Amino acid sequence: MEAFGLLLHGFHVLLTIKTLSLMMVGLVLGIFVGVLPGLGGPNGVAILLPLTFTMDPTSAIVMLSCIYWGALFGGAITSILFNIPGEAWSVATTFDGYPMAQQGRAAEALTAAFTSSFIGSLVAVLLITFLAPGIASFALRFGPPEFFAVYLLTFCSFVGLGREEKHKTLISMSLGLLIAGIGMDTVSAQLRMTFGWSELYRGINFLVAVIGLFGISEILLTMEERLALRGHSAKISLRVVWKVWKDLPRYWVTLLRSSAIGCWLGITPGGAIAASFMGYNLAKRFSKDKESFGKGRIEGVFAPETAAHASGTSALLPMLALGIPGSGTAAILLGGLMVWGLNPGPLLFVEHKDFVWGLIASMYLGNLVGLVMVLSTVPLFAAVLRVPFSAIAPMIVVSCAVGAYAIQNAMFDIWLMLAFGVVGYVFKKIGIPLAPFTLALVLGNRAEDAFRLSMIGAGGDMRVFWSNSLVGSITTLALLLLFWPLISLGWRVIHQRMVKSASP
Amino acid sequence: MAEFENEIVVEDPTAPASDSPAVASTRSVEIVASLLLIAFAALMAFDNWRIGMGWAPDGPRAGYFPFYLSIILGAASIYGLVGSLLRRADATGTFVTRDQLRRVMQVFVPTFAFCLLTQWLGLYVASFLLVAGFMRIIGRIALWKSLLTSFVFTLAMFITFELAFDVIMPKGPIEALFGH
Repeated sequence: MEAFGLLLHGFHVLLTIKTLSLMMVGLVLGIFVGVLPGLGGPNGVAILLPLTFTMDPTSAIVMLSCIYWGALFGGAITSILFNIPGEAWSVATTFDGYPMAQQGRAAEALTAAFTSSFIGSLVAVLLITFLAPGIASFALRFGPPEFFAVYLLTFCSFVGLGREEKHKTLISMSLGLLIAGIGMDTVSAQLRMTFGWSELYRGINFLVAVIGLFGISEILLTMEERLALRGHSAKISLRVVWKVWKDLPRYWVTLLRSSAIGCWLGITPGGAIAASFMGYNLAKRFSKDKESFGKGRIEGVFAPETAAHASGTSALLPMLALGIPGSGTAAILLGGLMVWGLNPGPLLFVEHKDFVWGLIASMYLGNLVGLVMVLSTVPLFAAVLRVPFSAIAPMIVVSCAVGAYAIQNAMFDIWLMLAFGVVGYVFKKIGIPLAPFTLALVLGNRAEDAFRLSMIGAGGDMRVFWSNSLVGSITTLALLLLFWPLISLGWRVIHQRMVKSASP
Repeated sequence: MAEFENEIVVEDPTAPASDSPAVASTRSVEIVASLLLIAFAALMAFDNWRIGMGWAPDGPRAGYFPFYLSIILGAASIYGLVGSLLRRADATGTFVTRDQLRRVMQVFVPTFAFCLLTQWLGLYVASFLLVAGFMRIIGRIALWKSLLTSFVFTLAMFITFELAFDVIMPKGPIEALFGH
């Protein structure tokens, strides 16, 4: 068990007072971020990223990933107590979580949510521990054509499998790739798309765009809605925790099914939201008592929370092993890796063992500590919602500005952040998804470099993407996914014709 | 429904009314956004064509990749534009109502002013003014509470970033008085 030894090494890296205290700080900040309206996983991580610029990479990633776990836990608090999903993937949790709170079973629902979150991420971390090193060492054999094919697969699966209208996904993605290309071209050192504007020479920083798109636009959107809330406060006692945990084995099928769905959808890009809904719907479909769902059934909390956490965690698998993020937040963590001077990709497992295994160990420990922490401090965090939004909103704006400025010490970036805030606001309201944009922005240059390096290697022959069975099958799969909607449409038409001609 | 002793209630007296008249329909915003995207795509395509979108002897030139991306962006935006033009305006719903726009502006205008002030006075002074002003004027929170919260927040930011984490922010004349 090589992975086990390395994991022990990871715990060894982790168990210092400094790292452990950063972990606690990260978790507390994360839960705050998850509970507060107008903030959530991706923006929380993006805004707090500047705090880590001067840390060593291992402490930095431990703190940031703990912010992420904390935000995932925090999202459940508002969904259950206030019927306000902090994140899109918490929507399914409100279906049964809020009715439970109304029936006075808030503590039970919260315990169920936190416990299943823990189980979901535990399954995903186990997957990462034993699968990621293998994938990474396999990917070490990849050359530029293979990498380009994998990037293509990522982009195509967004277009083909996403729920949004296809042309909107395409707009979001090509815009992201274009903006990533602004500035100095890395291969020929030529300036492009700058129009002589010197502020654009260094390019548009990915994190500045993300802070604007998620942070500023979210505040604009939150203000637009009615901010009045009405909810329950809850206190979790050991007796309730014991009661829920005692019943856990009864729900093992639901938990296992949701974990599997979550892991699968988390690895494919853009899956966390779909995972929580799918987990919920499948639990409902396989249940003997379908009617009781939506009326405060504990399984209705277990299923989506397990799936959401499993997918949120397993989204880090492709990021660690291949350098391709599986979710918006993972994309931001990837942006962080570059700021700390690490080169994401399979080489991480070879060159930065401390970093990778420290991170994986922190996933185990962070989730465990997070579970204990949320179970014991729920009333405190629920009370945070009493703070008026008019005090929180300007503070978030200031934090966003600090974050945007700190990346390159440029005032221009603060204005850029504001512009992206407006763009994000409009895009969200007309249904252009932001996740493909984020992913394209962070992967744009790497995808282009991989493409051009393969072209240079092959002398401009496009057939290089089918030159061996590995790259050929990835490229073909990518194209299949891209045209999947058309293929399934064509299949249906042919099928209907056949049925018609068969029946006279 | 059962009664609860511990309810958390937060009121929102200035909430946008649900019957507020619409300022813009989603369809018209979609059309404007599509037109802007088409213009952006055309601009980018032009610049990439200018620096060379073809092949050099050793592979694609600097403009190759982004040129085709701007074509894709343009095509997808034209598709979107045609789609929104063909739809009836009332089928797409409201983009923003007057009340909602007023609330959005209540955040956007102070944020814009904050960015301007950061340029002249430095981030910390601008931050103090933004938080205090926003709480007092838009949140209608008591003056002393607003000033105190804002001061504590700004001081905490200063200590965290400037002193503890060595992240340097833009500073103006007031910080200079204290030797920073």
